[in-house]
Amino acid sequence: MKVAVRLRVNGQDTELLVPPYKTVLEILREDLGLTGTKHGCELGECSTCGILVDGKPFLSCLALPLDLEGHEITTIEGLAEGSRPHPLQVTFAELGAAQCGYCTPSMILTAKALLDTDPHPSRAAIQQALAGVLCRCTGYLKIFEAVELAASRHG
Amino acid sequence: MAKTQADELAVVGKSLPKPDAMGKVSGQARFADDLMLPRMLFARILRSPLPHARIRQVDASRARAMPGVQAVLTGEDLPIKYGILPVSQDEEALCSEKVRYVGDPVAAVAATDEWIADAALEAIDVSFEALPSVMSIDEALAQPGEPIHPRGNVHKAVALEFGDTEEGLRSADHTREDVVFFEGNTHLPMEQHAAVAQYGQDGKLTVWSSTQTPHYVHRALGKVLELPMSRIRVIATPNGGGFGGKSDIFAHEIVAAKLAMVTGRPVKITLTREEVFYAHRGRHPVLMKVRTGFRRDGRITAMQFQSFLDGGGYGSYGVASTYYTGALQTATYAIPRYRFEGVRLFTNKPPCGPKRGHGTPQPRFALEVHLDKVADELGLDPVAIRRRNLVQPNSQTVNWLRITSCGLEACMDRVVADSRFLERRTAMPSGRGLGFAVSSYLSGAGTAIYWNDMPHSEVQVKVDRGGGVSVLCGAIDIGQGSDHILAAIVAEVLGVSLQDIQLTTADTDLTPIDLGSYSSRVTFMVGNAAIAAAQRVRQRLAEAAARMLHCESDELSFRGGQVGRRDHPGEAISFAQTVQAAEAGEGLISASGSYTPPKLAGPYKGSGVGPSPAYSFSAAVVEVECDPRTGEVRVPEVWIAHDIGRAINPVLVEGQVEGSVYMALGEALMEEQTFRIGVHKFPSMLEYKSPTTLEMPVVHTSLVESLDPEGPFGAKEAGQGPLLPVIPAIANAVYNALGVRIDEIPITPEKVLRALAQPSRRVGPKGVPRFAFPSPIQAARPPEWEGK
Repeated sequence: MKVAVRLRVNGQDTELLVPPYKTVLEILREDLGLTGTKHGCELGECSTCGILVDGKPFLSCLALPLDLEGHEITTIEGLAEGSRPHPLQVTFAELGAAQCGYCTPSMILTAKALLDTDPHPSRAAIQQALAGVLCRCTGYLKIFEAVELAASRHG
Repeated sequence: MAKTQADELAVVGKSLPKPDAMGKVSGQARFADDLMLPRMLFARILRSPLPHARIRQVDASRARAMPGVQAVLTGEDLPIKYGILPVSQDEEALCSEKVRYVGDPVAAVAATDEWIADAALEAIDVSFEALPSVMSIDEALAQPGEPIHPRGNVHKAVALEFGDTEEGLRSADHTREDVVFFEGNTHLPMEQHAAVAQYGQDGKLTVWSSTQTPHYVHRALGKVLELPMSRIRVIATPNGGGFGGKSDIFAHEIVAAKLAMVTGRPVKITLTREEVFYAHRGRHPVLMKVRTGFRRDGRITAMQFQSFLDGGGYGSYGVASTYYTGALQTATYAIPRYRFEGVRLFTNKPPCGPKRGHGTPQPRFALEVHLDKVADELGLDPVAIRRRNLVQPNSQTVNWLRITSCGLEACMDRVVADSRFLERRTAMPSGRGLGFAVSSYLSGAGTAIYWNDMPHSEVQVKVDRGGGVSVLCGAIDIGQGSDHILAAIVAEVLGVSLQDIQLTTADTDLTPIDLGSYSSRVTFMVGNAAIAAAQRVRQRLAEAAARMLHCESDELSFRGGQVGRRDHPGEAISFAQTVQAAEAGEGLISASGSYTPPKLAGPYKGSGVGPSPAYSFSAAVVEVECDPRTGEVRVPEVWIAHDIGRAINPVLVEGQVEGSVYMALGEALMEEQTFRIGVHKFPSMLEYKSPTTLEMPVVHTSLVESLDPEGPFGAKEAGQGPLLPVIPAIANAVYNALGVRIDEIPITPEKVLRALAQPSRRVGPKGVPRFAFPSPIQAARPPEWEGK
């Protein structure tokens, strides 16, 4: 059985016919080809699948498509303006904040949600905001610095 | 090249974004599970629910009849055994007679989608005959029932002695014995393992896999599938974290390939997170006993070290792991007489293998807490006792390890001074403590897994008349930055920018070999091969440029995309023009370079594990804050110095150091891979505790540049060594804070509370089991140790 869903992803409306039990994570990756959204556990534990829904961090592995009708979904692919990267993408690259790069899309989106509400966050606020996103490579420190650098460039 | 001054370098030594950085921050990097091919099928593996059992029968008829199921495989379809080490060919991709741990693969399904494949697994009927299981080192030695492998539960027992250690202990002023335990833990890469396989009607097999070792996967596929390696192409995809966890050959890689051959369609398999916990090949649980003799002034007279490794169900890297638990004690301290005895036992748990530091974090923990205890007894401080015994640059250890560059003392000085360790450690407020430790690690294993005389790394460089430079190498970037090493070194030698370099890596059809991203070997070996290849290209370009600029080729500099006369800065031509002139003269300009490490193994059996062309060194001071009411240990601050030889990209080296500190913190305080009757206690990312942003301390990282004479531009490793001193430094800091000794990793709140309540103020093992080690191989000592 399939259901018709209308999702708004990265500013574009898309109509899909999908099994109602297929997660938003699977739909993004398999039906829309947005493989920048990753999966680490598919149980809501690691936040690797993080996207933004109406600007707020959201675990796509725990959501079903009908839940998100009428909401604005942003994935990592929606962050750049054309081929111009978002400032967080630039600072993550500059400071080596992406090692294997697997948690990076979710980490950057979560950081964007923070900067959108708190343009000059303290180190503690950054740590708090990113606490749910696990990274095994970096020890998080370059990530904190990249968020701070992006914030400082924002003026 | 090692001694090139930093100000002469344009790319090397600079903190630049790595070549794969933008792909990773934009979501464009293509990991194995991101690959989608037309007509692709999805595979799943049925795994044993029992830790030890005989397989009586597998009936897949119901599964085969299900709509959407395209193929089902069982043990009889893949009967040839394999393993990463030539001496341990003991695994089957699908077990045919026996299962040896919960999670051992039994059958596999390919179907049109994953839900159908999952449902089909449920429809496979397996009849098992349960066997008594072996869950610990003690049980393995007691050997109550049928052994796990025909030759018994003792997988490997080794014993080596360098000099008469009994005599060394007798002549000591002071001896001490400690017994400690290091629990197993796992890599937990964020990306689950995945592989995609495609078999063409031309009889060629292509496998994309998230692997650190495409070359060894290539070999194993050839063996198990009985295909010539020339018809198999293995492409390693960027690893979403490895840490050693993707450096073995995994059943799912072989299964996906076989299913693609059977169905004629592409097949993808991605492990679930739970399967990743069981795939494992991580840190061995190791029980250790160390006995050392000292002179009154703190100098070591002799050391005896014993290791008992809980290996899990198969061999994996275990023989190497066993030797590694005894190999590097001598790389930091000048130990004149040394005995090592190690034994690895089979148990009915997922096989253990290499995790960051492979077999050396456990003995490093043992050694560094042991030294602190001895220092207390001798009235020395922790720094002084280490200074008395420090290994010297350009020396040879008693077990024949060749030490060249050595910045160990500089690392110690830095962290001791920056943390004010000596001034503060005796005056810490209640519940706070400082701990110190040092370590050393390989810059690549000096011997290949399959002993042979061929190079360990090869690089091809080809220049294009438009000025582009193609670099081809089998190395796989697992996040550590190996792509950057390749690109930066070639860019430096040819005087072009990083953006002019095109990399093709880790593709057995297209790229020359690199043995893999393990043993911290890539910077050193790939780097040297890249220098060799780029210098050959440069020489041919220089000859063409010299003709145009009317000078000798050795008067030219390559810099900023220009080739010019060093003494006449105005006289230069562009790099692209140089290529065109050279190409017009002699055709395609390309060259290759190779690196083979020097033969360093000592004259004794077992000497192949430990030698490396260079060793990194690290020192750490850790500050802890302990709550005696809850037993909780927090780490607010870490000082760490690492002898990197030369940082080819400082920001990436810092990232490796910080990541090592992080991983050490998790291992020291919370992570454990433990089982209840073979079932993992914490097979999820919620239950398996790992540090979050909130646990990460302030880290003061110092890089010490000792400029290794054989390293590429002087560089050594950074990926594994800096993990090593942090774990014992935490244990030593907890002792400084609370006066309790937790001789068992991880240091959990429960253990701290238990130690506080005990008169001994200690938690840890009481002894080691009785085991008859073979009588040690009496190895000659290198000349400089004779008579000492």
